Amino acid sequence: MILQFGILFAFLVAGELVVRFTGIPIPSSIIGMVLLCASLKLGVVKLKWVEKLSGFLVHNLGFFFVPAGIGLMNCLGIIADQWMPIVFATVISTAIIIAVTGWVHQLTRSASAKLTHKIAKEAQ
Amino acid sequence: MDFLQNKFFLIALTFGFYLGGQLLQRRTGVKLLNPILIAIAAMIFFLLLCDIDYDTYKQGGDYIDFWLKPAVVALGVPLYKQLSTIKRQLLPLLLSELAGCVAGVVSVVVLAEMFGATREVVISLAPKAVTTPIAMEISNAMGGIAPLTAAVVVATGIFGGMTGFRIVRMSHIHSPIAEGLSIGTAAHAVGTSAAMERSERYGAFSSIGLTLNGLFTALLAPMILDLLGYSV
Repeated sequence: MILQFGILFAFLVAGELVVRFTGIPIPSSIIGMVLLCASLKLGVVKLKWVEKLSGFLVHNLGFFFVPAGIGLMNCLGIIADQWMPIVFATVISTAIIIAVTGWVHQLTRSASAKLTHKIAKEAQ
Repeated sequence: MDFLQNKFFLIALTFGFYLGGQLLQRRTGVKLLNPILIAIAAMIFFLLLCDIDYDTYKQGGDYIDFWLKPAVVALGVPLYKQLSTIKRQLLPLLLSELAGCVAGVVSVVVLAEMFGATREVVISLAPKAVTTPIAMEISNAMGGIAPLTAAVVVATGIFGGMTGFRIVRMSHIHSPIAEGLSIGTAAHAVGTSAAMERSERYGAFSSIGLTLNGLFTALLAPMILDLLGYSV
C-alpha cells in the first residue's frame, strides 16, 4: 500500500513540476493523470503497483467533493438573490452538454466507420 | 461547545453524514438521496445551527479536499485500461469533446444572461462543467466568485450524475462510449463516479470526457468569455 501511495503522489508531484516550469493553465492533477496513464502504457509502472489505491480513490471520488460543496454556505446571499439564473442555466446547460457531446460522438463515429469501410473496400 | 469546532470531530462528522447518505440511498433506492448531496446539506445545516463558520469547518475539510488531487491522478488507471478504444476513435472523441465544451460554456453564459444574472455570477457559472480545481482557477482569473463556482460545480456534478443516464436515453444516445463520455463531459468527476457505479467501462469513458473537457475548458473558456463580452 505504501508503494501505491508513493507512486500516486510521485505523479502528482510530476504534474506540479510541469505546471511550475511551463506555467501551463491546467491543474497538476490532470497532468499527473495523463502522465500516469502514459507510464502504464509504456510499462514504466505496472498496473498492480497502483491498482488497489487508485480503485479505492476512484470509487469514492464523490466524497472528496463534499468540503467544496459545503463552501456553498458562504454564498447563500448571492444564491438567494440569483437562484433562478443559477439553477436554470446550470440544469439546462448540463442537459445540452450531454446531448451535444453524445450526438457529435455518434455522428462522427459512424462517419469515420463508413470511411474506413470504404477505404478497405477500395483497397481490395 | 468548543469541542464542536474540533477539526477531527468535523472530519468524523463528514464521514458520518456521507455514510448515512449512502445507507439511506441503498435502503430506499431513491436516487435523489445522493450521499454527496446529503452530506453537504446536513453539514451546512449543522454548521449554521451551531453557528460555526465555513473557515472553521475548512480546517478539517481541507484534509478531505486534499485527496481530490491524488484521486484525479488515480483516474489515469481506468483511462489506461481503455487506451486501445481511445486510439481507435481519436477523431470522434476530440470532435465531440470540442463541441461539448463550446456548447457548455456558451449555453450557460447565454442562459444565465437571459435569466438576469449579474456579470460576476455569469463568469462564475461559465466553467461549471469541469472539475473544481480547473473551474475555480478559470473563475478567479476571469473575475468570477471562486467559492460560488465550486458550489455550482459540485451541484452540476450531482445533478449530472443523478439524471445523466436519463438525459442520455431521452437524447437517443445509445453507444456506451457516447453515454459515458457525455456524462463525464457535463458532470466531471462526480458524474464519473456515477458512471463507474454502472460499470468500469462507462466510468473509463466518463473519465475521458472529464479529462478532455477539462483541458479544452482550461484553454477555451477564457477565449469564449472574451468573445461573449466578458473580458477581464
